[in-house]
Amino acid sequence: MTTAPVKPAAPPRLKAKQRPGDRIFSTATVAAGSLILVTLAAVTIFLIAQSIPAFTAEPGDLKGGAENFWAYVGPLVFGTIWAAFLALLIAVPLAIGIALFISHYAPRRLAQGLGYVIDLLAAVPSVVFGLWGITVLAPFVQPFWSTLVDLFGWFPLFAGPVSGTGRTILTVAIVLAVMILPIITALSREIFLQTPKLHEEAALALGATRWEMIRTAVLPFGRPGIVSASMLGLGRALGETMAVAMVLSPQVLISFALLQSTNPTTIAANIALNFPEAHGVGVNVLIATGLILFVITFAVNFIARAIVNRRKAFSGAN
Amino acid sequence: MTTTTTPPTRQAEPIANSLTTGILPKYVPWLLLVTSWVIVGSVFVILMAAGVNENFNVVGAVFFGTVLWVIVNYVVSRVYEGPRPAMNRFVTSLVSLAFVIALLPLISLLYTVISNGIPRFDLPFFSESMRNVVGEGGGALHAIVGTLEITGMATLISVPVGLLTAIYLVEYGRGHLARAITFLVDVMTGIPSIVAGLFAFAFFALILNQPGIRFGFGGAVALSVLMIPVVVRSSEEMLKLVPNELREAAYALGVPKWLTIVKVVLPTSIAGITTGVMLAISRVIGETAPLLIIAGFTQSMNYNLFSERMMTLPVFVYTQYANQGTDAQAYLDRAWAGALTLVVIVMALNLVARIVAKVFSPKLGR
Repeated sequence: MTTAPVKPAAPPRLKAKQRPGDRIFSTATVAAGSLILVTLAAVTIFLIAQSIPAFTAEPGDLKGGAENFWAYVGPLVFGTIWAAFLALLIAVPLAIGIALFISHYAPRRLAQGLGYVIDLLAAVPSVVFGLWGITVLAPFVQPFWSTLVDLFGWFPLFAGPVSGTGRTILTVAIVLAVMILPIITALSREIFLQTPKLHEEAALALGATRWEMIRTAVLPFGRPGIVSASMLGLGRALGETMAVAMVLSPQVLISFALLQSTNPTTIAANIALNFPEAHGVGVNVLIATGLILFVITFAVNFIARAIVNRRKAFSGAN
Repeated sequence: MTTTTTPPTRQAEPIANSLTTGILPKYVPWLLLVTSWVIVGSVFVILMAAGVNENFNVVGAVFFGTVLWVIVNYVVSRVYEGPRPAMNRFVTSLVSLAFVIALLPLISLLYTVISNGIPRFDLPFFSESMRNVVGEGGGALHAIVGTLEITGMATLISVPVGLLTAIYLVEYGRGHLARAITFLVDVMTGIPSIVAGLFAFAFFALILNQPGIRFGFGGAVALSVLMIPVVVRSSEEMLKLVPNELREAAYALGVPKWLTIVKVVLPTSIAGITTGVMLAISRVIGETAPLLIIAGFTQSMNYNLFSERMMTLPVFVYTQYANQGTDAQAYLDRAWAGALTLVVIVMALNLVARIVAKVFSPKLGR
């Protein structure tokens, strides 16, 4: 028994004929796909290349007399995250409510139309939101803000003196919240609709009211989806430029007060306001702040998408 | 030990419908809503008569009336129906309110844009540029031309790249490359628009060695960075909807793969792809920040994408608002008219896209 059994020769594999058309076409699609990877890499490389001079910038080149680049960008990073956080605080409960209304409360026939109406909010250009925020919303909310300061001025967040124009960071947060509502709503709505019908019906059959059914079947199922939808909304709010640039008057400072006339500004708004007049190292400094914004939003989106994708594998929704 | 049970003397009460007993009639919440509005409204009237407020505060009345309704609705239901149905009603009222609250900004925004935009929404606005205009007059023709050229160019770049990528992902892509592209496309949809503008600026400033470069084509590149992921996502979804039987039928007839894609898969999904592209255009056409950075702004006509600054409609709105001249109202009017034009374009694109999706989509199933 020293010789291994001779295997019968495998039948010759039939190879599909390679046609030039097939080669060209598949190469073109691969090239297009790779172009996306190349673009993302190029965004990173070129932003870094143009940012290098900023990291060694002299105090004279930085606006506001900051000592070095990091002292300059610190308050901007704070303002960006603070404004986005406030916007998220307003938008997420509203968006969950709207998504539930469309998926589980509205009459079936109206639901899709109502979804379109909310999507319309996403289509409005940000510059129009800026105009609206400054001419309609700011004067409208100003009396409320001054009442808030009168009644709750002892609370650090509402410390006075109140802004006379209503152009405060809380107003900006409302505008941002309206702008990120549609994306959070759309994603949560889809997640809620994916709840297994049998779970819902089982809850109802056990005598649960509609709210108890949602609490026990829909919300636990949708929780990871809500988290990632909120993070995508956060990504949008972090990068939103024009609404902030138009509504806030620019200041570079760290302050938690919501209703005063001096407010921290955001990275994106700071770039938009200063870029047209910037020159020399000033341009590099602004690009470097943009690089930091890019890194922050990339990280937020990366985490959010990772959560969504992990979820996809288990939900059986696809 | 004999107990005689007395037969029930009580007359059996007629039960109307055992399924609806103990449940409030449907009209009760609405009745309560109107009542609480009236109550709060009359409180405001009394305050006005007492001289506390000068005029009737409609917003306040509706707001506090609605808050009162949420509470009263809960209490009434708790008394008549019990705690669990009461909680259910409470959540229902909150969820419906969330939807109404979301509608308010949309309505207010549309109303403001239309009422402020109409005064200058006239012929000169669409036939003149801002060259040598100080104060009144002038128009946005240069901005409209710029927007059309830059967005058109961005579409020309994004659609082939985006569509081919989607085809790769659906028809060819297996393994690491496909997974990486899918993931990064998702991440790319979240790039802030201003970063896209900075990228285009950094790229062309280095490549062409002009530190202060401003030109229209750069704007188109920046918009493409924002537009490609949207096109990829929507086209991918549409290509996935094409039934596999169609592809298999084509292969069985000996049609090469690329011809199958071009002649069978794409025509089947073309309506959905068109819708996706139009929605992508409507998303980037209102982008301000990247164009402010790389395309700059100007008062004059510029038809050439490859040299000199180029005005676009969103940037026009912004600069008219931000750099108000001596006659501020004229600048504001132009800004609002520009905003109205933008909103009309975006809404029209959205509407047409939905109609295309509805009318031209293939009728699957029998």
